[in-house]
Amino acid sequence: MKVLAAMSGGVDSAVAAARAVEAGHEVVGVHLALSRNAGTLRTGSRGCCTIEDSMDAQRACNVLGIPYYVWDFSDRFKEQVVEDFVAEYQAGRTPNPCMRCNERIKFAALLEKALAMGFDAVCTGHYATLLTDEVGNLELHRSNELAKDQSYVLGVLNAEQLAHSMFPLGAEASKSDVRAEADRRGLAVANKPDSYDICFIPEGDTQDWLTEKVGGKAPGQIIDVDGNVLGKHEGSYGFTVGQRKGLRIGKPAVDGNPRYVLSISPKTNTVVVGPQAALAVSELAGSRYTWCGVAPSNVSEFFDVGVQVRAHGEEVPGQAAVIDGELVIRVNEPIIGVAPGQTAVLYVGTRVLGQTTIDRTVSAVAGDLEALAENVASQA
Amino acid sequence: MAVYLDHASTSPIRPEVLLRYTADLALVGNPSSVHAFGQRARMVVEDARESLADTLGCHRSEIIFTSGGTEADNLAIKGLFWARINADARRRVIVSAASEHHAVLDALEWLERHGPDEQRAELHLLELDADGRFDLAELERFLVKRGDEVALISLMWANNETGLVWPIAEVSKLAAKFGVPVHSDAVAAFGHVPVDFAESGLGLMSVSGHKVGAPVGIGALVVRRDINLVPVNHGGGHERKLRSGTLNAVGASAFAMAAAASNASLLERAHRDAALKQKLIEAVRALVPNVQVTAEAAETLPSTVHLSFPGCPGDSILVLLDMAGVAVSNGAACQAGVIGASHVMLAMGRSEQAASECIRVSFGYDTTESDIDAFLAALPAAYEGARKAGVAA
Repeated sequence: MKVLAAMSGGVDSAVAAARAVEAGHEVVGVHLALSRNAGTLRTGSRGCCTIEDSMDAQRACNVLGIPYYVWDFSDRFKEQVVEDFVAEYQAGRTPNPCMRCNERIKFAALLEKALAMGFDAVCTGHYATLLTDEVGNLELHRSNELAKDQSYVLGVLNAEQLAHSMFPLGAEASKSDVRAEADRRGLAVANKPDSYDICFIPEGDTQDWLTEKVGGKAPGQIIDVDGNVLGKHEGSYGFTVGQRKGLRIGKPAVDGNPRYVLSISPKTNTVVVGPQAALAVSELAGSRYTWCGVAPSNVSEFFDVGVQVRAHGEEVPGQAAVIDGELVIRVNEPIIGVAPGQTAVLYVGTRVLGQTTIDRTVSAVAGDLEALAENVASQA
Repeated sequence: MAVYLDHASTSPIRPEVLLRYTADLALVGNPSSVHAFGQRARMVVEDARESLADTLGCHRSEIIFTSGGTEADNLAIKGLFWARINADARRRVIVSAASEHHAVLDALEWLERHGPDEQRAELHLLELDADGRFDLAELERFLVKRGDEVALISLMWANNETGLVWPIAEVSKLAAKFGVPVHSDAVAAFGHVPVDFAESGLGLMSVSGHKVGAPVGIGALVVRRDINLVPVNHGGGHERKLRSGTLNAVGASAFAMAAAASNASLLERAHRDAALKQKLIEAVRALVPNVQVTAEAAETLPSTVHLSFPGCPGDSILVLLDMAGVAVSNGAACQAGVIGASHVMLAMGRSEQAASECIRVSFGYDTTESDIDAFLAALPAAYEGARKAGVAA
């Protein structure tokens, strides 16, 4: 096969490309330039799309003896990932830009360009496994190394995208094995730190970055679940559901327990806070859902699934069904730390079944917080 | 078998130059030393200087050896600009064009942005038509109006991307009437069209070794004897105190040898290249009817063909040709490796997209018809793939 290896400049994609070469494929390495101002050098685990990453990717390709090119996706990345990220925050949601990047850049723009240019597949360093079921359909499964499993961020891939994907690290790799393998293969990135932060926020401070992007202050009220006004904020876009620090509410709660952001209402520019228990969510739903590979046969009736709502979160048991064009997910035990904008990925065993971006959640205890916010706003 | 059609980026070292150069690398002695070793090394440099002067049509004392074209351009532009404003503070205007090589363009922009206000350059970039040509009459009108404020004119002999040749002798003649010295970056032209410094009337001219079959790391700035420059590199006072740094004796020798060989075969190659170019253009037209040949109506280097394929990202064509074993180019990539829109095509009024849809095919001393055939054989699939990639984008 003609394989295009997406090379970030990190150790995982370098080893993935090496394995593709070893498997006998005709491999070409491509580094995606995602930032228009790529003139920065890397510090620690931060940053991406830097000159250094590009050089590291190139050096890895040199060692593997494969061609190397840089493809510029900076305009599409800005439009479809960065601007989406800002818009989601402005709408009071908490987006996952890495999923958007996979959905719209790596396995869309890049894959389309690769296929157009005669490649058969795109290979990445994600920790996930592709399996074929008994009738030949492709399935995406968790990595055998659960600690590094990245199947969650690949949950957006559809059957067509899976058919042109290659994840050589999923089957038996552990991170330390991958580093050792990189070292053995003479890849200089063997000890390069993992990146954890959002690549386009160089300082790692999302709130500061957003304030700069959105620009200007938009003062509004912080209220509790009973509708009492506790304080003021300088822009609801700076908050995340589940956030505890940086609320700047002077007086403590009556019960002395810390308060958390429960809901953000951009419509009324109101932030609702309350006790941790009120973060518990029993139901989540979204209309932007996709099936990863073959869709389940009967989705109008609730069926058992595992649910994961964060990249490194736990999977919890629940049921899912499609009702009125919405993928509705009920969890058996209420979960905390779920916010609209996040992605819920469904699993059956180790198989990724599908995903939805969460549009709304139903609190297990606090009721309809959006209505409360509107009510308080109308009284002010 | 890989085919190399990117001689405008760098040309392979000539076999006879490689032999001489590798043997000479064992030479002991610093050309500036007084002892016998130094004198032998000095002789190598001065033999080279004399030979190169012969080839370039200048006097031996007019040659300043540099590390290459970029250094020559920087010394010419900064050195001359500073000397001119030192002599006459009103002369802060530099006349040039936006299609120049970045070695010129970025040096100009640096002079525009650095230093005290009264020592900063004011750039006057000539308007270019769709073929990249400027209007000599417009230049004359500008000189009539503001000639006494002009420090220098810097216009390249031939464009390194499109191959367009500018009427440098006419510019020199015109500028002389206004007492304005002219610098020309002749890096792309030298070795492909006749270049004679004395005949050109230029004040300064940059040339580079690796474009004519010498190794990378040697070039020269030719400076007419009546022109003063302020040095950019300070140190031991080599090269008329204009370019300090231990002289690259073996590099200079290799450069002189390659330049002489290049000059000796110039007319024969120009004839051959013109025929190859015509064959290539006709065949590409037959394969891709909507191809555009840049500056087709103007005078261009016989060794450079610049093509635009509407709807096809140039970087995709380049990658697909490369994967098929054919090396061409599409302008300079940034440090991180991104191939952007060609600043030359933008300067000629093309849109950002149109300026990203071009490739340059360039010939050198060892190019043969079979190289052109290999390019033509690989082009249809590369074009088709790039066209699909353009639709996908």
